[in-house]
Amino acid sequence: IQGIVYDEKNQTLPAASVLIKELNESVGTDDKGRFSMSSIANGTYTLVVSYIGYETKEQTVAVSNGTASAVIYLQPSAEGLDEVVVIGYGTQKKGELTGSVTTVGSKDFQKGVITSPDQLISGKAAGVQITPVGGRPGAGSTIRIRAGASLNASNDPLIVIDGVPLSSFKDGSGNNILPGTSNPLSLINPNDIETFTVLKDANATAIYGSRASNGVILITTKKGATGKPIITFSTQNSVATVGRTIDVLSPQQFRDYVTANGSDSLIAKLGDANTDWQKEIFRTAFATDNNLSIGGSYKSLPYRVAFGYLNQQGILKRDDMNRTSAAISLNPKFFDNHLKVDLNLKGSLQKANFGNQDAIYAALQFDPTKPVNQENEFGGYYEWMQGAIPHPLAPRNPVGLIDLKKDHGKVNRSFGNLQLDYSFHFLPELHANLNLGYDISRGQGGTEVPAFAAMNFTTGGRVTQFLTDINNKVGEFFLNYNKTFDDIKSNVDITAGYGYYDYKTTTNNYPTLRADRSVLTTPPFAFDIPQNRLISYYGRIIYTLDDKYILSGTARTDGSSRFSPDNRWGFFPSAGFTWRMKKEEFLAEAEALSSLNLRLSYGVTGQQDGIANYSYLANYYQSVNEAQYQFGNQFYPTYSPIAYDQDIRWESTTTYNGGIDYGFLDGRINGSIDVYYKKTKDLLSVIPIPIGTNFSNLLLTNVGNMENRGVEFNVNLIPIKQEDFSWDVNFNFTYNHNEVTNLTAVDNPNYFTQVGYIEGGTGQNVQAHVVGYSPFTYRLYKQVYDENGKPLEGVYADTNGDGIVNDLDRQLNKSPLPKYIMGFSTSLHYKKWTLSTVLRANIGNYVYDNVSSNMANRNNILNPVGIVNNAPVDFLNSNFTVNNALSDYYLYNASFLRMDNLGLTYNVGKLSPNSSAKLSISGNVQNVFTITNYHGIDPEIQTGIDNRFYPRPRTFVLGLNVGF
Amino acid sequence: CHKDLDLKPTNDITADVVYTTPQGYKQSLAKVYSSFALTGGGGTSATIGDIGGIDQGTSDFLRLYWNIQELASDEALCAWQDPGIPELNFMTWNSNNVLLQGLYARSLYQITVANDFIRESMDDKLAGRGIEGADAEAIRVYSLEARFLRAYQYWVLMDLFGNPPFVTEEDPISKTPPRQISRADLFNYIESELLAIEGGLTDPQQNEYGRVDKAASWMLLARLYLNAEVYLGSGNSKYTQAIEYASKVINSGYMLKSNYRHLFLADNDQNRDEIILSINYDAIKTQNFGGTTFLINSSTNGQMNPASFGIPGGGWGGNRSKSTLPGKFSDISGNTDKRAMFFGTNPVINDVATFAQGLAVTKFRNVDVNGAPAPSNDGTQCSVDFPLFRLADAYLIYAEAVLRGGEGGSSTTALEYVNKIRERAYGNSSGNINNLSLDFILDERAREFYWEAYRRTDLIRFGKYTDANYVWPFKGGTQSGAGVQNFKTIFPLPALDVISNPNLTQNAGY
Repeated sequence: IQGIVYDEKNQTLPAASVLIKELNESVGTDDKGRFSMSSIANGTYTLVVSYIGYETKEQTVAVSNGTASAVIYLQPSAEGLDEVVVIGYGTQKKGELTGSVTTVGSKDFQKGVITSPDQLISGKAAGVQITPVGGRPGAGSTIRIRAGASLNASNDPLIVIDGVPLSSFKDGSGNNILPGTSNPLSLINPNDIETFTVLKDANATAIYGSRASNGVILITTKKGATGKPIITFSTQNSVATVGRTIDVLSPQQFRDYVTANGSDSLIAKLGDANTDWQKEIFRTAFATDNNLSIGGSYKSLPYRVAFGYLNQQGILKRDDMNRTSAAISLNPKFFDNHLKVDLNLKGSLQKANFGNQDAIYAALQFDPTKPVNQENEFGGYYEWMQGAIPHPLAPRNPVGLIDLKKDHGKVNRSFGNLQLDYSFHFLPELHANLNLGYDISRGQGGTEVPAFAAMNFTTGGRVTQFLTDINNKVGEFFLNYNKTFDDIKSNVDITAGYGYYDYKTTTNNYPTLRADRSVLTTPPFAFDIPQNRLISYYGRIIYTLDDKYILSGTARTDGSSRFSPDNRWGFFPSAGFTWRMKKEEFLAEAEALSSLNLRLSYGVTGQQDGIANYSYLANYYQSVNEAQYQFGNQFYPTYSPIAYDQDIRWESTTTYNGGIDYGFLDGRINGSIDVYYKKTKDLLSVIPIPIGTNFSNLLLTNVGNMENRGVEFNVNLIPIKQEDFSWDVNFNFTYNHNEVTNLTAVDNPNYFTQVGYIEGGTGQNVQAHVVGYSPFTYRLYKQVYDENGKPLEGVYADTNGDGIVNDLDRQLNKSPLPKYIMGFSTSLHYKKWTLSTVLRANIGNYVYDNVSSNMANRNNILNPVGIVNNAPVDFLNSNFTVNNALSDYYLYNASFLRMDNLGLTYNVGKLSPNSSAKLSISGNVQNVFTITNYHGIDPEIQTGIDNRFYPRPRTFVLGLNVGF
Repeated sequence: CHKDLDLKPTNDITADVVYTTPQGYKQSLAKVYSSFALTGGGGTSATIGDIGGIDQGTSDFLRLYWNIQELASDEALCAWQDPGIPELNFMTWNSNNVLLQGLYARSLYQITVANDFIRESMDDKLAGRGIEGADAEAIRVYSLEARFLRAYQYWVLMDLFGNPPFVTEEDPISKTPPRQISRADLFNYIESELLAIEGGLTDPQQNEYGRVDKAASWMLLARLYLNAEVYLGSGNSKYTQAIEYASKVINSGYMLKSNYRHLFLADNDQNRDEIILSINYDAIKTQNFGGTTFLINSSTNGQMNPASFGIPGGGWGGNRSKSTLPGKFSDISGNTDKRAMFFGTNPVINDVATFAQGLAVTKFRNVDVNGAPAPSNDGTQCSVDFPLFRLADAYLIYAEAVLRGGEGGSSTTALEYVNKIRERAYGNSSGNINNLSLDFILDERAREFYWEAYRRTDLIRFGKYTDANYVWPFKGGTQSGAGVQNFKTIFPLPALDVISNPNLTQNAGY
């Protein structure tokens, strides 16, 4: 059979998939859109031709005398109901999904310099909030699907790449366990990613059982294609500029204030320089991101090989990272296509230098009348002195902090999997699938501060090093049986499987040294090997009746090494139902309506990430060498009993979801609406326990309940669809309300857990978990203002009316979580031009301005320790004398609208009529503007506490993409 | 393959392993002791220590206890606004005060760790682990010392909180909330424990430095008896017993150190003749941001030349004296009464937040008798051991108990003991006195023990803590000082524990 596949514009379609349904044989089209299949017996066959973004087409072809030819035209799929979507341990057509699933393909990814994969889908999916943690190169994001379901354990979704669940790279305290990189996800080259599939409700996620409560993100990487090799080269070069900085008093304002209000001795300390410290530590930064990929078939072996090289500077001086990555994907088939093999190997080497982020804070505070440099013994950086040594309570010279601290990391990571899928010769409906995956990383590096540097002057410098190996292994095996019974109009799809997961970290501990390499401290143990394992059994049945009614059920049982044998196993079921209403006769006439699905689901998922590995065991730990105790003349390391809860067990979340998928006007308007209700019980929370019952006053135990309710809506519009001119629009909207419903073993309405640690006061907290409120609700005094709207210092409302203003008057009010999240993407295509933009908005999120609350007061400026410090301009408004950090004066509505991206692409097309080389050129601006009332550096702060924030730069990108 | 789910930590070990060797017992005993010296086993950079819900650097025993006993008294005022501090400065605390909560948790933590040690040191456990003979004997003494430390912390809880929860070695780790014990019952328990262990403890001055001997138990008994009317109500005095146990201490071989100043220096572990029990710190091996590191750094600022205090990298400018403290000395220069160790000239404080107002206290210094700083890595950590009991207290307890009508002592001896202390203070007999009065004793205790965390207890015993008859700057929140409600002689049980433990009834007034 020979044939050719065209798109709607009569352009040939390379890399389309052509399947002979009856023989289960498939090929891909070459770069001219042609395909051929040989050794086909005479007869009539059905060709199933599919291509991402196009409606799958079935066309019959009759082979007679050994030949046949076919010309196939594909129509673009506006809503892609036949698009195949990856789900856990299988695939499903989009129109037949029973769970709440959102897919974002590579054509919809965020554009520009994207160094970490999570940022690709920022603003693109309803119910998914992606908040960058800052502007450092490679910095990751906090990903929240439906706001997360946990308080103390992890709220991060499970990430599965090509079927291999990755470890979270976080320890029991939520700290990154892979040192040397600011974000382990940044070791994955975003250019190797084909699609993101976000599983949101329990029907979709429950097959991942105990790790699914916070949603699951399935990442599919790019694979080999059939046909002649296609070579693609892209390069993106960018300039990142410092966007907003924090307004502090200008040197003149500062001088005037100190002169007017300071003591003589402080006035005498003013210098005559005019230094903008933020300018001194930030810079315009460059980045280049280059990717080369070759995909095609060698004989019958489809392959893809890709290389990437990224070199990115941070806007904070000394900050940079470079990443070299390679990806190989081989996808051969054997035994008449009965055995499909997918081999994916990825590797990356990342080297980073970390600028000292302490400088960001110091730059706000450091006296602007002081010069950067001065002749002295501290490397020539001006420092506040106390006698002969740097003043211990003064900020350090911000430039010195950066220049004198070497902080570097090198991380190698390799991950991959081998997946074998065998459909039995005697029973092709039955597949056996074995997936073996690994994820190995090594992070190493260290810091070095010379002896003369003021920041570590007292210790004679400081040298540290680290080396951590992570060795994760995954093995999964499942059987899948899929058969259509035409006589009863039924299809059954059954999956049953087993999984084994081993996550092991080896941390080497090294002494901390002085600059002369003499030992400062020695760790008690040379290494530690935390490890956890998971063993799972899972299954799923999907029953489809008459293409109209789809019923699915999943179940998973997980056993975790993190729990005692009594609580080790958790069972996580789910059920879902979809009614394809448009296929009913009563809607057949409704022509404007092109599709309508109703989805209902229920399920239970679990959560164990973020729990320490051995917290159910009664263990003792040996103290570090700095925590010994003296008897006689000898020092003894101590054995401390560790507080433990031997009954610690899974958190479990029950989710109900109802959804409608709709399409109008042949899908030119399509989208979905979902409503959900999630209830988490046995929430792990650190709670006060009756003191005296355990080896601490606080214990992590399963006690809390929390509820999430929300609505998600998304719509895709194609307002204009013409030959040379088209316009598409995507809008998504999320409303989420969450509330803690229980926190204590003993019911008490007055109980709260303090969270939200701030700078500027030993142990002050501004947030709390309280029953009846969102997690992380602010808990502050209500500021009283005078008639001019100026805050009256130290005057707070007596909210409980007991005549005394004390801690009991602090009010619970507002939270950092946005009530509404919106994302808006649009692109306009005109001939060879494409103009696109992405906007995002959060509404109802509050931020506590910890920069001002700590610095904008007289005692910071005219500091009693005998120095002068600068302060944010908010001081001119508050005029506070002392730190009033617990005033709600510092709490701001930080709702915002941000344009993430604005891009223009010119598709040159073929460079010459005879050349196969195609070129496109693009220009992008990232972080274009932000509209907000919040006066700080950035309103989008996950924790809601604005402090030491690494500013997100504004980036201008020029990109070239060449394909052969 | 489900056995694969049984994983054990690499470096942490279980009780069965810890307690297999005499060395393991000793390291665990070190934990019982270090529970009042350190914030945890993880060092100064650890974010999680023995107790939570409080800044780690603030969570050690001495820093909390000192703040509570001294800031809420006529001796000290802190410039900081750290959580819980202003309420102690002004005596306006409530049941959410994080420092009160921290101390309560810290004391009960040490009790819980002691209970664990006592359980693991029972004869049957020792026999089961094959520990016999001299090793077993030594461990039995360790266990008595753990019981002493437990009694000490129960004394602290009784003194501060009155009616705390009560757990002993009979209460293993569980989820059962402990019962509450009344102040009077707790008094009897502490007394019975101290009397029970007294005989088995090591003889005075015969134990290793830093460990408890008989004299320590006698000191605590004497202190308990001296304050009996506070704990048991008026009419229940035990001054006779106070005299008996103070005398035992006085006759136990401990001696007054000739140079008062040397008691509070970095090498005071080498000058052991007066200190009966101390909390031991070391700038290299026993580090935290509480203890004497806190005490010395918080009392010093840049203008005081921190290097001369052995803390060239420190000086946090927090605690200085209220004017009432230097007011106890007729000469604050230190030239006559050498115990007067102040820095500055103007004792008046108008602005609480300005450390430079008021006289700084220079009593504790991280230098040795020759003025050389104790070795440290960062110029902040201190090696001064904090005396919990020293002989001078036995003298003053004796004198006060005699004045208050206790039997078995004499007023001549009482006067002689007080004059021993004054002769040491003056370097000669010029400061000696001829008549004793209770008011003089209270003032003398201020001069002798200021900033040693005695003051609140002393003021309460003398009835001068709450009412307006005796005031000090910022008492009750006003600069000139005002009386506060009488129920403030004990603190509220922390709200968090009242919520968590349904067996607890909050103290009256809160």
